[in-house]
Amino acid sequence: MLGRLSLSAIPLDVPILVGTFIGVLIVGVAVLGLITYYGKWGYLWKEWFTSVDHKRLAVMYIVLALVALARGFADAIMMRTQLALAYAGNPGYLPPHHYDQIFSAHGTIMIFFLAMAFMTGLFNFIVPLQIGARDVAYPFLNNLSFWMTAVAFMLVNISLFIGEFSQCGWLAYPPLSEMQFSPGVGVDYYIWAIQISGVGTLLTGVNFFVTIVKMRAPGMTWLKMPVFTWTAFCSSILIMATFPVLTVAVALLGLDRYFGMHFFTNDGGGNQMLYLNLIWAWGHPEVYILVLPAFGVFSEVVPAFSGKPLFGYKTMVYATCSIMVLSFLVWVHHFFTMGAGPDVNAFFGIATMIISIPTGVKLFNWLFTMYKGRIQYHACMYWAVGFMVVFTIGGMTGVMMAIPGSDFVLHNSLFLIAHFHNVIIGGVYFGYVCGMNFWAPKVLGFKMNEAWGIRAFWFWLVGFFFAFMPLYVLGFEGMTRRMNHYDNPAWHPWMLIAEVGAVLILFGVVCQLMQIFVSIRDCNKPENRDFTGDPWNGRTLEWSTSSPPPVYNYAIVPHVSSLDAYMHDKENGIDTRQAGGQYEAIHMPKNTAAGISAGAFALIFGFAAVWYIWWLAAIGLVGVIATIIARSANKDIDYYIPAEEVARIENEHTRKLMAQAAE
Amino acid sequence: MAQNTTVPTAGHDEHHHENTVVFGFWVYLMTDCIIFGSLFATFAVLRNQFNGGPTPHELFEFGGLGLETALLLLSSITYGFGMIAAHKTQISSVIMWLGVTFLLGLGFVGLEVREFAHMIADGAGPDRSAFLSAFFTLVSTHGLHVTCGLIWIVTLMVQLMGTTEIPERMMNKLTCLSLFWHFLDIVWICVFTYVYLASMI
Repeated sequence: MLGRLSLSAIPLDVPILVGTFIGVLIVGVAVLGLITYYGKWGYLWKEWFTSVDHKRLAVMYIVLALVALARGFADAIMMRTQLALAYAGNPGYLPPHHYDQIFSAHGTIMIFFLAMAFMTGLFNFIVPLQIGARDVAYPFLNNLSFWMTAVAFMLVNISLFIGEFSQCGWLAYPPLSEMQFSPGVGVDYYIWAIQISGVGTLLTGVNFFVTIVKMRAPGMTWLKMPVFTWTAFCSSILIMATFPVLTVAVALLGLDRYFGMHFFTNDGGGNQMLYLNLIWAWGHPEVYILVLPAFGVFSEVVPAFSGKPLFGYKTMVYATCSIMVLSFLVWVHHFFTMGAGPDVNAFFGIATMIISIPTGVKLFNWLFTMYKGRIQYHACMYWAVGFMVVFTIGGMTGVMMAIPGSDFVLHNSLFLIAHFHNVIIGGVYFGYVCGMNFWAPKVLGFKMNEAWGIRAFWFWLVGFFFAFMPLYVLGFEGMTRRMNHYDNPAWHPWMLIAEVGAVLILFGVVCQLMQIFVSIRDCNKPENRDFTGDPWNGRTLEWSTSSPPPVYNYAIVPHVSSLDAYMHDKENGIDTRQAGGQYEAIHMPKNTAAGISAGAFALIFGFAAVWYIWWLAAIGLVGVIATIIARSANKDIDYYIPAEEVARIENEHTRKLMAQAAE
Repeated sequence: MAQNTTVPTAGHDEHHHENTVVFGFWVYLMTDCIIFGSLFATFAVLRNQFNGGPTPHELFEFGGLGLETALLLLSSITYGFGMIAAHKTQISSVIMWLGVTFLLGLGFVGLEVREFAHMIADGAGPDRSAFLSAFFTLVSTHGLHVTCGLIWIVTLMVQLMGTTEIPERMMNKLTCLSLFWHFLDIVWICVFTYVYLASMI
């Protein structure tokens, strides 16, 4: 009846988990209680959970990302603490069974649920606004994508308290992840979380690709498109081209586990290196999926705070596109040690080094944008300049590892760990946080607190160097990744320094939470409140509408005649809003519960499949299909906002603007 | 200023939606194509890993295979007739052709299931060798797609029943399904050539 699920699956013998569970329970009950007490369920359901508005979905994605950050970071600091303790005679406080789950969950959560969710949140908020569109191409699919991502994250977290998570690293290499060596439910949780969130990500890729191709404002030709939109476009293409490969790789692993097939097993003719090739054919482009939008953020932020147009717009676009293409040609550098031979390794090594050329072009473009600019050191600019320093170091260690000879020494050592945190934290995370600070006034209508933002930056930056520079040294000294315990006394001091770094980053995370709290508390202070919609003297279209934008984004669809369209309008005295003009009724999609319903059934399906509860899995699967069919039959999917209502909203905004100007 | 709100005045958006559905579905099909591409690549890597088990020469027979192929190719034509009828708004004719397409597709899936059942009964199931794992996965992924297409056909037949016209949204659905169905035909031709023919030569 319950498959392999029984009471013994609940890890009551692990005090850390029991403590966490009680903590989660208390916080959970408190949050749910508060929502009920203030009677906000209806509001949440109507305005958020069922919303197809890209701006609402963006906020939900970013909230999801911040929750994932909390979970992923807790894992990180637990690992560092274990390694600061677990030396010589001291076994540390985490047994290998638990420690291995933590590093697997850390990687999985940080990439799939922090980085991907944060990125999708930024896409959702900015891309439609930047191209002058009223929504994305498929608003319902957008909602469905969000719920698929959210329930997959829930599935990962359920594994904390019911059963276990994978102990095979964030990519679950076989044969370790095969039934023979991992008979528990951990890898199955991993598989279904990846597959369910993969559906969401793939649909997001298609959605934004079509949105950018089909829905740009009249006059916005390809080379008048803002750089962030360009990077979102290239990123979407990479998603569409590579996520199906991930789906296949993980599905084949699942078939091995569930049906005893022999794709990657030791016996039966299986081939583990096939899995590595498939997973990295996705995995390498994946890091560019993440980092290109971060480059896009910097390409918007640096000009805005330097008071100049972006230096070398076209080269930026070409660089983005060449990185997109080159990212497909380098996957073998993740396993030079496979033994493909010197010619193959040389090809992939050189291809990898070539990527540093367009990346270098980008870096010089940002520097030249700042050169002779009127630079304002706003919190965003701190993250941007910090990125340039940290990312350059990370890029150079990447080129070192691209040399097959040196990779044979550094492969799977802590040097590698230091390298990719160097580029993922310094590039992706700094970029997204920079974007959050930059666009928050657009999303929320008020600026985020700067003092706490700058404090967070310094803790993150200094903490980063303390946490990861020792790992480069340890890599050279021969320390491999994923160790639970070590005996070499020379390593211990470096691990202690890394622990200090992790604590500094903890302060950074706390400062970020404080920044969010203080910003919301002070949102009505006049210096924070922004009615103009354009707090930074922005260059692109999103700054031309009010903050937060009305549900339809633009009362009158903007016409674009040049790059940096809004700056062009401002400089030429063109009233983009056409206040007091003639408005038309606006066609909008209606909210729908189909997305959350399909998500809930997908969660049931995933959980049941993990535990072999086949009748429940069937209910989940049929539920997903039935929801989609019901949605297809629903004729009540759109409505018109009457012209009078548009006029009322626009006039209200104009009135606020006048009032603020009068103050 | 006041405008009749029931009349779509913002024809601009309307236009967007018409174009994007079919285009977006086509883009989605390309990602599906990459799924099949990865499965073909997997099959290419594992096609000789027999693990001492049966080889293609002992397993494949062209009789049933020819019939399967004929049914599927024919169903593409009948779907095409359905689309012609849809453009002429002959609803009953559309439903009839969809029905014929459904039966042909069902026949294809039935034959495939029968072939698989025989193989499994003979001890040549997907857990026998890496070659058979790759074979079953590739071919049944195609079969699963056809099955989804069958569910989709029934859904549209039900939605069409009792209606007198084909609105834009329904036409988009029929066009998307048409793309899907022909796409599966093309994939089948690749499966037939690369999995069956190339293994027999």
